[in-house]
Amino acid sequence: MPHAAVSEAAETRDYRALIEPARINSRLYYDPDIFQEELERIWYRTWVYVGHTSEIPNKNDYVTKSIGPMPVLMVRDKDGEVRLLLNKCPHRGNQLCAYQKGNRTSFTCPYHSWTFSNTGELMGYALPDGYEGQDKKGLNLGKVPRIAIYRGFVFGSMAEDGPSIEEHLGGAKAALDQLLDNSPTGELELTAGFLQHRTKANWKFMLENETDGYHPGFVHGSVFQVTSSGIGSLYGADSTALTRDYGNGHTEFDLRPEWRKHDKPLQWFGTSPERLPEYVKAMNAAYGSERARQIMIDGSPHVMIFPNLFIAEIQIFVLQPIAVDETIQHVTAVQFKGAPDINRRLRQQTMGSVGPAGLLLADDTEMYERNHRGAKILDPEWLVLTRGLHRERRDESGFRIAHSTDETPQRGIWRHYLNLMNKAR
Amino acid sequence: MTALAMDLATVSAPDLAALELATLQQRVAQFLYLEARLADTHDYDGWEALWTDDAIYWVPANGEDIDPEMQMSVLYDNRSRIGVRIRQLKTGRRHTQTPRSELARLISNIEITDVRANEVDVRANVLIYEDNLRGDTLWAARNSYRLRMVEGAFRLVRKKIALVNNHKPIYTLSFLV
Repeated sequence: MPHAAVSEAAETRDYRALIEPARINSRLYYDPDIFQEELERIWYRTWVYVGHTSEIPNKNDYVTKSIGPMPVLMVRDKDGEVRLLLNKCPHRGNQLCAYQKGNRTSFTCPYHSWTFSNTGELMGYALPDGYEGQDKKGLNLGKVPRIAIYRGFVFGSMAEDGPSIEEHLGGAKAALDQLLDNSPTGELELTAGFLQHRTKANWKFMLENETDGYHPGFVHGSVFQVTSSGIGSLYGADSTALTRDYGNGHTEFDLRPEWRKHDKPLQWFGTSPERLPEYVKAMNAAYGSERARQIMIDGSPHVMIFPNLFIAEIQIFVLQPIAVDETIQHVTAVQFKGAPDINRRLRQQTMGSVGPAGLLLADDTEMYERNHRGAKILDPEWLVLTRGLHRERRDESGFRIAHSTDETPQRGIWRHYLNLMNKAR
Repeated sequence: MTALAMDLATVSAPDLAALELATLQQRVAQFLYLEARLADTHDYDGWEALWTDDAIYWVPANGEDIDPEMQMSVLYDNRSRIGVRIRQLKTGRRHTQTPRSELARLISNIEITDVRANEVDVRANVLIYEDNLRGDTLWAARNSYRLRMVEGAFRLVRKKIALVNNHKPIYTLSFLV
C-alpha cells in the first residue's frame, strides 16, 4: 500500500472502535496497517528498552540491538559514554556494521569507505578530492534522539521530547529495584548471551501473556506434572498472589504475598540457603542478615515493562516486533554481579525453561502462533477480557490489583495502548 | 527396533580400535541411522534408552565453540534433564508437540574423528525437514557425537547439534533433534 494511503487511514482511524474497557477487536493483531501505526506511535516514539550497560563493559565495546524492527548500535564510546547509533551510512544508506558485537573505535562503511568514530562523527571519506569545498558537518551517523539509563537498563526514544524515563516507568521502577535488591552488589551482569526465539505471531500476544496468570496451569501443566515445581499452585484459585496494573502499560504478578506466607528464603527460586551458601553470605554482608532474609523471601519480580522488557524472575526477555505476524523473543539469564553460585543455577534453570527448546516457553510460543491464526478467523470479532472485573480493587498506591489469574494486566495494557494510538487524533 | 537394526548397531569386538575402518564406519552409520529414526518417529522410550548416565545433549547458540557452562545454549541437558524432557513429551500435553511434528532427517558426511578402546567420536552433517501447524522448517546442522560400547552395543554419550544458523532467531525446536 502506498505510504500516503497509510497516513490517510492513520488520520481517520479511531481506536475506540477497536478497544473497549474489557474487550478488544481481533483486527488489532493481524492488520498490517495497524502494525505500521504502532511503529509510528509506540516503537518510534515512546521509551523502548534497548540493552544493558553490562553488555558493553569496556570502552569501545559495541553490540547490535534494536528498537522495533530497526537495528541500533549500542556503543560505549572512547570516553566511556553509552550511545545509541543508527546502523546506516549517511552517504548512500548502506548497512554500516554487519557484526553482532565487538570492540572498535571507528566503523568503516564497506561500500565507499566512509569512516565514523564510535561517537557517530564522520571522520573522513575515501578520495576526498571529490568533495572539495564541501562541509562534513551534517554527515554524521543518525542516533536515537533520547537515551536514558536506569541502574544499567538502557532505554531509547525516537521522539525528540516526551515524558522522562522516570515518568514513563512510574510505579514499575520499584520492580526494577526489587530485581537489583537480589544482587549482593545491586548490579546485574548480563554476560551469558541471548537466545533468539522466532515466532510467527503478533508481538501483543506476548505482551499480554507475560502477566497472564490464567494460563500456566493449562499451558504448563505438563511441566508441573513431571517436575516437583511448586509454581503451579501460585496460579490456582487459592493463591494469594496478585496481578497489578502499574499504569503506562506496565503490569506484574506480585508473588510476594505467597512467598511471605511460606516465609522461606530462596523458595521463590525453588532452592534454599544451604544450597547457595556463597550467595547468602554475600547478601548478608551487603544488606545485613535481617534485610537480606526479607529480600530472599520476596524474591525477584515478574514484571512486564511496556512495550518490550519482561523480567520473569530469573530471565530478561526483550520483545522485538519484526512484522505484524512475526516477533523475536530475545532472552538471557539474570546474572547478579558478585554471585557465581546463584548465577550458575540461574543459567541452568533458564536454559531448561525458555528459548526455542524450553520446557515452558516452547509451549507459550505454540499458543502465540495459535492465537495469531485464531485472530484472523472472522467470527467472533471481539475477544473477552472480563476476568476478575468484580474483584478488581486498588492497592495502597492506587494501582489496580486483582487475583493472580485475573485479566487486570491485560485491561491495563490496552488502556495505555488506546491512549498512545489515539494521541494523534 | 528391528532385529536387523539391533544386530548392525552391535559390535562384538572387544576393542573398537582393532576393527577394520570400513567395518567401524558401517557400524557407526547404522547406529546414527537408528538414533535418527527413533527421533523422527517420536519413539521416546527407544531414543531415551540410547543414552548413557553421563550423557550431554547439547544445542549451542551463538556459535559452535561457546562454553556451555557460562553461555546460553538452546538446549544443554544432562541425563536427568533428558529424562524430564522425555517425560514431558509423554504427558500428551506438551502442546508444541501435540500434534507432533512430522519429521524426516538425512545424515551424511559421516567422519570418524577419533577411536579409543570403547569410544568413538564422530562428525556428520544433518538436514531435518519438519512439518507442523506453523508450516515447514528446514534445519541444517553439523553434528558431533561420542558413542560408547556398552555390553556389545553402541550407546550415546554426547550429542552436539550445531545448527548452522544458531546465531540468528530460530523457531521453536521442540522435537528430538
